[in-house]
Amino acid sequence: MTEAAELDLGELGLDRGGHLLLRHALRRLPAGGQLQLRGGAPALMIHARAWCRSEGHGFALHEGGATIERSSAEDDRWRDAWDTADGVADRPEAQWGLAARGARIEAGGPAFRFPLSDKDEIWTEDAGRLYARAAANQWDPETAIDWDAPYDIPDEVEDAVVQVMTYLIENETAALVVPARFAAQVHPHFREVMQLLAIQAADEARHIEVFTRRARLRRDRLGLSTVGGQRSLQTLIDEPDFALASFLLSVLGEGTFLHLLWFLREHAPDPVTRQVCHLAAQDEARHVAFGLSHLQRHVELDPTLRARLADAIHRRHDALENTAGLNALVFDALLLLAAGSFEPDAIARGWDRVQALERDMHQGRSKRLLRLGFSPEEADTLSTLHTRNFM
Amino acid sequence: MSESNETLVMGAVAYDPKVVTIWDGFKRFFAERGLDFDFVLYENYERQVKSHLAGHLHLAWNSPLAWIQAVRGAEKLGRKAEAVAMRDTDRDLTSVIVTRKDSGIESLDDLKGKSLGVGAADSPQATLIPLEHIAAAQGWTPNEAFSVRRFDRLVGKHGDHIGGERDAAKALMAGEVDACAMIDGNHLLFTTEGTLPADGTKVISQTTTYDHCNFTILDDAPKATIAKFVELLMSMRYDDPEVRPLLDLEGLKVWTPGRTEGYGLLEAAVDRSGYLDAFLAELS
Repeated sequence: MTEAAELDLGELGLDRGGHLLLRHALRRLPAGGQLQLRGGAPALMIHARAWCRSEGHGFALHEGGATIERSSAEDDRWRDAWDTADGVADRPEAQWGLAARGARIEAGGPAFRFPLSDKDEIWTEDAGRLYARAAANQWDPETAIDWDAPYDIPDEVEDAVVQVMTYLIENETAALVVPARFAAQVHPHFREVMQLLAIQAADEARHIEVFTRRARLRRDRLGLSTVGGQRSLQTLIDEPDFALASFLLSVLGEGTFLHLLWFLREHAPDPVTRQVCHLAAQDEARHVAFGLSHLQRHVELDPTLRARLADAIHRRHDALENTAGLNALVFDALLLLAAGSFEPDAIARGWDRVQALERDMHQGRSKRLLRLGFSPEEADTLSTLHTRNFM
Repeated sequence: MSESNETLVMGAVAYDPKVVTIWDGFKRFFAERGLDFDFVLYENYERQVKSHLAGHLHLAWNSPLAWIQAVRGAEKLGRKAEAVAMRDTDRDLTSVIVTRKDSGIESLDDLKGKSLGVGAADSPQATLIPLEHIAAAQGWTPNEAFSVRRFDRLVGKHGDHIGGERDAAKALMAGEVDACAMIDGNHLLFTTEGTLPADGTKVISQTTTYDHCNFTILDDAPKATIAKFVELLMSMRYDDPEVRPLLDLEGLKVWTPGRTEGYGLLEAAVDRSGYLDAFLAELS
């Protein structure tokens, strides 16, 4: 078919899509193969000459048409291309850049700088499943929560709720900033991890919204923000290592927060607070699952990571040793919120509940540390060193 | 400039910021293969040609008009210019005269008394060659038998910038001119990008083929170094991922040897119009 290849474009010109048929016909020829082009569009041969020149093809006009000699340029362009259809690479090339995993990528492109380019550091086979679950479970704050649900609680208890919301917003902001920053550092070849971090940030954006909205339901102003709380969160924001940041934030911080949100879901004095905490806890559970999942894989591949994780807890503990921990304002607010009133019996009940919460948090952290391969003793010790600020 | 081991210095005109990217890249390619190469960028071809004749450059990446300026300038000074290489895309270009489909203008004959939009004054493809084509075919002098409206963009860059041609095409569709001139590939480009409506224009005349840019040397160029330069140019392969982006930017698939038989139309144009007289008069 190479010698007598012909193409009659009829009245179709290259200025109206005819190049597609011409390119298709030439692709069926080997480099150096000839195609006889005919057609009746007025400027066809003028355009064909220019098009062939720009594409590198030979062009010779003759009576009744033109002979086009196929150039090897297109084959040359793709000769050294990368084929990325063979699953997830251990170390994707910087030049793969933003290309979709599975695409055939032309060589010679610009090198992108994605610091998180090592599969061992970030990958988990669960990422795709967790992302799909996150995408399926997105909720609309407007309709998912009954903002008009009636409730009647003392002013002091409402103030306590506002203070706890203020604290939650601050913490969720840290939980947004950290994955958002790492999402931009992940090599896009690890698509599901990038997507998961992005949707995690979106989850936190929604949490910030609903906590803010709950706080402002009956108050014009939010509560107080303390130096100790911000200092604790700053150590999370400042952690540059993905594994360590993920460990401190997702496994320990958000893991601890899960218990707090469950606590609020159960003991909050009003239905709106209970609902927002219920929905936020569902999202946080996914964040914890992702952190645990990729760190479990990472620790299996690199057992020395465990020591670095332990160091990170120690370092953070040392950095925060002289701060106040969970500030009295938040602690008292939690206590009052759990009590529901200033009655001594109620306060005693609230106290017991907060004590139980702290025990649950410790047990939960220890359990997750065990899953990362720490011994029961190590897990117990490390859990007690976790920031008293919860996140 | 004479034979020596010094750096090979080339002149190029900065018609677009990409010129820096292109020649920085080629410089790296040459350096990795043992050729010490550098380049000087000029704002306009006239200064580049004068600089070349004054001995500031070993070679110049010249527009077709700059090539003729160099040839004639060298002749005047008792010297000789040579074209050593060009792009595959510099060969066998044509220009076209375009009208609106409903204009009633069917051929060059019908252009009498009408207006023709052309590119920049010094554009070979959109001004000088089309006007020569009409003059040779019809015996007409511009602005006598027909009027010429120039769309000057970046004069000094010899039409390297597409803007003048695009402005002329827009003027055609706005009814400001009856016809306009452009390089063949731009008629396709303007139609596909929508500057000209599909099926809204017709080509009433096409020039014969002509050549475009080349690397020009003068007779005192360092021959061995130039030979190395040309050899390295010819060794650039489109399947080399390092060099392909540069070839794409410069608009070629392969470098080819220089040839000079494709400049007859433009030589005739400057002969007839006296376009280079003032430039050559300045040389001494």
